[in-house]
Amino acid sequence: MKIWEMTALELGRKIKSGEIGVAEAAKASLEQIGALEPEIHAYVTVDEDNALKKAAEIQKRIDSGELTGPLAGVPAAVKDNLCTEGLLTTCSSKILYNFVPTYTAEAVRNLEKAGAVILGKTNMDEFAMGSTTETSAFGATRNPWNPEHVPGGSSGGSCAAVAAGECFYALGSDTGGSIRQPSSFCGVTGIKPTYGTVSRYGLIAYGSSLDQIGPIAKNVSDCAAVLETIASYDKKDSTSIPRTDCDFTSALTDDVQGLRIGIPRDYFGEGLDPEVKAAVLSAAKVLEEKGAVVEEFDLSLVEYAIPAYYVIASAEASSNLSRFDGVKYGLRAKDYEGLHSMYKKSRSEGFGPEVKRRIMLGSFVLSSGYYDAYYLKALRTKALIKKAFDKAFERFDVILGPAAPTTAPRLGESLSDPLKMYLGDIYTVSVNLAGLPGMTVPCAVDSKGLPIGLQLIGDCFQEKKIIRAGYAFEQSRVYQEPELAKNVRTARDAAGDGMSGRREPGAARADGTYMGGVYTPDKAACIASDKITGYKADGTGKGGARL
Amino acid sequence: MANVISDETIEYVGILAKLELSGEEKEEAKKDMGRMLDYIDMLNELDTGGVEPMSHVFAMHNVFREDVVTNGDEREKILKNAPEQKDGSFKVPKTVE
Amino acid sequence: MSRQYETVIGLEVHVELATKTKIFCGCSTAFGGAPNTHTCPVCTGMPGSLPVLNKQVVEYALAVGLATNCAVNQYCKFDRKNYFYPDNPQNYQISQLYLPICRDGWVEIETAAGRKKVGIHEIHMEEDAGKLIHDEWDDCSLVDYNRSGVPLIEIVSEPDMRSSDEVIAYLEKLRLIIQYLGASDCKLQEGSMRADVNLSVREAGAQELGTRTEMKNLNSFKAIARAIEGERRRQIERIEEGKKVIQETRRWDDNKESSYAMRSKEDAQDYRYFPDPDLTPVVISDAWIQAIRERQPEMRTEKLARYQTEFQLPLYDAEILTSSKHMADVFEETAALCGKPKEVSNWLMVEAMRLLKENEMDMEDMAFSPENLAKLIGLVDQNAINRTVAKTVFEEIFAHDVDPEKYVEEKGLRIVSDEGALRRTVGEILAANPQSVADYHNGKAKAMGFLVGQTMRAMKGKADPSKVNQIVKELLTSGSDLRYSTEKMKEDKE
Repeated sequence: MKIWEMTALELGRKIKSGEIGVAEAAKASLEQIGALEPEIHAYVTVDEDNALKKAAEIQKRIDSGELTGPLAGVPAAVKDNLCTEGLLTTCSSKILYNFVPTYTAEAVRNLEKAGAVILGKTNMDEFAMGSTTETSAFGATRNPWNPEHVPGGSSGGSCAAVAAGECFYALGSDTGGSIRQPSSFCGVTGIKPTYGTVSRYGLIAYGSSLDQIGPIAKNVSDCAAVLETIASYDKKDSTSIPRTDCDFTSALTDDVQGLRIGIPRDYFGEGLDPEVKAAVLSAAKVLEEKGAVVEEFDLSLVEYAIPAYYVIASAEASSNLSRFDGVKYGLRAKDYEGLHSMYKKSRSEGFGPEVKRRIMLGSFVLSSGYYDAYYLKALRTKALIKKAFDKAFERFDVILGPAAPTTAPRLGESLSDPLKMYLGDIYTVSVNLAGLPGMTVPCAVDSKGLPIGLQLIGDCFQEKKIIRAGYAFEQSRVYQEPELAKNVRTARDAAGDGMSGRREPGAARADGTYMGGVYTPDKAACIASDKITGYKADGTGKGGARL
Repeated sequence: MANVISDETIEYVGILAKLELSGEEKEEAKKDMGRMLDYIDMLNELDTGGVEPMSHVFAMHNVFREDVVTNGDEREKILKNAPEQKDGSFKVPKTVE
Repeated sequence: MSRQYETVIGLEVHVELATKTKIFCGCSTAFGGAPNTHTCPVCTGMPGSLPVLNKQVVEYALAVGLATNCAVNQYCKFDRKNYFYPDNPQNYQISQLYLPICRDGWVEIETAAGRKKVGIHEIHMEEDAGKLIHDEWDDCSLVDYNRSGVPLIEIVSEPDMRSSDEVIAYLEKLRLIIQYLGASDCKLQEGSMRADVNLSVREAGAQELGTRTEMKNLNSFKAIARAIEGERRRQIERIEEGKKVIQETRRWDDNKESSYAMRSKEDAQDYRYFPDPDLTPVVISDAWIQAIRERQPEMRTEKLARYQTEFQLPLYDAEILTSSKHMADVFEETAALCGKPKEVSNWLMVEAMRLLKENEMDMEDMAFSPENLAKLIGLVDQNAINRTVAKTVFEEIFAHDVDPEKYVEEKGLRIVSDEGALRRTVGEILAANPQSVADYHNGKAKAMGFLVGQTMRAMKGKADPSKVNQIVKELLTSGSDLRYSTEKMKEDKE
């Protein structure tokens, strides 16, 4: 078995036993990155030099017995909306093209404390606004299962990187499904924890009342281990919740006897792809056969979650993103006359169309005369949705449904119709509105060869129940890796040096994209171009990064 | 389309959001916003009478810090990303006429 | 026939609270640091940073609310006020709109027109903005976030005031209450207390309020009084000319004694308030309110009574000493140190008040330490310096907070207690003024006064006048010493 094929916990064990060195593991990931990035573009920044330096340090701390955790020495990737001290953090936006944070997000610090080797920062929809990772200012990420398809979003880079073996696990963020939907599209496992479980300190906010950081990995065990590591009560985040039940790996038991699983009929109606429907229902069967009590029910209010979500998320975003103004960091327009012109030009040049669309909508719904009709109405709807879930969880331990209505669409298909794209969030957004934990576990591959994800939703603070269900289901299935990764490996093995797909670092330096040991997207080209519209049909991702 | 967004509205929202849209972008924005609001108007089907708006899902309250100085001089770090700076300050276009 | 107008005034008073740290982060609130040296990711709006509320801010706000007879909103929240300006790093200010901490209070004021209650509409907590320095050379502005995030309370009055006298009385009352609580030093010049004036005029007897304007940039009581007069005149002129008063924000220029509108087409004045999702609500229990009440320090009325009974001070003196918390503190601390409250009161009532007046200073501006005043009183008490010297020393203490003991030593101001030296000087003075000596012997008692004065001058004031008096008298009547001195002088000359 190749190193990069291992799960995070498998690798962690081998590192602990001394079978595999930390540097060796990091190099395996970097080689995989080198081979696949030209095709996938999962990363905005690969921090090669630093990762290797860190690997050596961590090896020493493991050898000295200081680091003993299950993830010590395991290479990981971090979504580019999490601040990392000294390492470029862009939110995949031109407006932060050069932003180097001076502090590290609490969740990433928790990983570092556990001995993680951070390989780099993963691509995303700009400011996490999107469902395809095509709104990135640095070009779209492609689905490792089929590069003609999107990886989903907004944590598309993290999910694609895990699927392609370009890291062993990754952090994502989920505001309306941004971990669960791309996990479904990329055939990986992802958890959005209960709101308040992982500190948001250092997460560049999109919708503060909805945002949560969570793990993305190859299986449920890895996810549980990572979540256990990143969950912490943080006094720097007022919405952080002190919990004493974060021993998530204790729920990794293949036992669902008596677990009450509810299947909301409203999740299986119009708009759901028949193949997805069949796969999800057969997954429910598997759990039933293992002893779970499966029952259909009416959740209600499902269709109201999307409008309520877009009002709340856009309103919060319009305020959260007002700090990007060319004064303190990031892009400042070159030509302007006076202060307000500087603001307007910097923001208009710096933000992409989807971000502008949501800022405009958010500013409108909060503006004088509309606040009650839109914003308060949405908050009231949120209260009703929460109540509907509360009612459901009186009867069930876990709610089971699809993570997305379809498998991954083709590149360029979704952006043409924003509203249609928003409708794809139907099964995920209500979980954020109600603050619940949700998890995606791969359950099948469709006739096009694209993965299908199963979503498990738990009541607040009941991650363990969904982990139990997910783990039990997983035992019935073998983890499938995407064809692309296999093919590249085959080609590389045929070449015999294990390095054939690797891009030349020198080339990166020559075109000015090599910055202080950090591979970055072609920022110069990005800034020079008048407007960045994300993915172009010709696949070049105008101005975007092609490493 | 039930919601028709006027040029004035787009202009006004642009001022609030500090976004300068081109003519083409403005037309797009009018269309997009109108469509989104039509969709959002679906919420009016719901009877939310007597329902308290829910900002926080959990009834957390009284999260405080003690009044103790914990931060030192971080000026160098704070200014590190400034597009322009002068004399230890962020430099911006003149704010008064 | 000219119409009669009534001026209707409401105030928005911002007070910087005396916390050690900012409202949402652990940065110091100390004044005077180099630009941006009291900053962190939170108060500079760095991406990903989050606010956490300073508990002391709530306690101070509650204390002020209770002392101004407000009702407490036992469930209060923070909202974001969205507007773009470089002194506001997040481009939203965290404030309270929908559920402010206190509501519906009042304070009583007294003016020549009598006593009245001024209603307080609400008190809310919020963060201060940074400072903009305009660089004329470079044609740009520089942003310093040291003040960004310093906690403020905003006290919004009802439109209950009718004259600048009432406004000043209201502000003085608020200042006194807040200073007594220790919630702020309330210095207008330094900006720790700021007032925005909402003013409208209406014809006398009219029921409806006229259109109001809001005036900003008022940093002294005098400026406030002038601005009120100016704005009243401007509004009446407009009305008389048949023009409308426009609801707007105006900036007062105290040098030009006129105001100008702060409007701009980029200023929509639509703040899109909504509850800040990064902060949780503040729930104030009855027990908490009770605890704040119990911790409430002695307020002025109580102090006034205590000064009269405990220190036997006359009402007038007690009123002056308690008219500023700082003055009362200086009085009490000095009295405790030297055990002579009457003396302390005298120094403060006479000399300190004289110097404050001469220097156009507020009581809050007195910067000397009670230790030094106590030492001075001790020196006088031990007869180490005389009263005249003591006054000069007090001026030094007042101006430079000098240690009187050291100062007296260095300047050699201590009373000369060496009787021999004193006798010698008196002898010399008598010898040098034979005419005055003769006058004295001829029954002109006044001549002795002159000789004493001459001696004091020769001693540069360092002699105890009663001692000098005694020796002069003694030598004038004895004569032997006089002879001795006269002879000695002759010898010296030879």
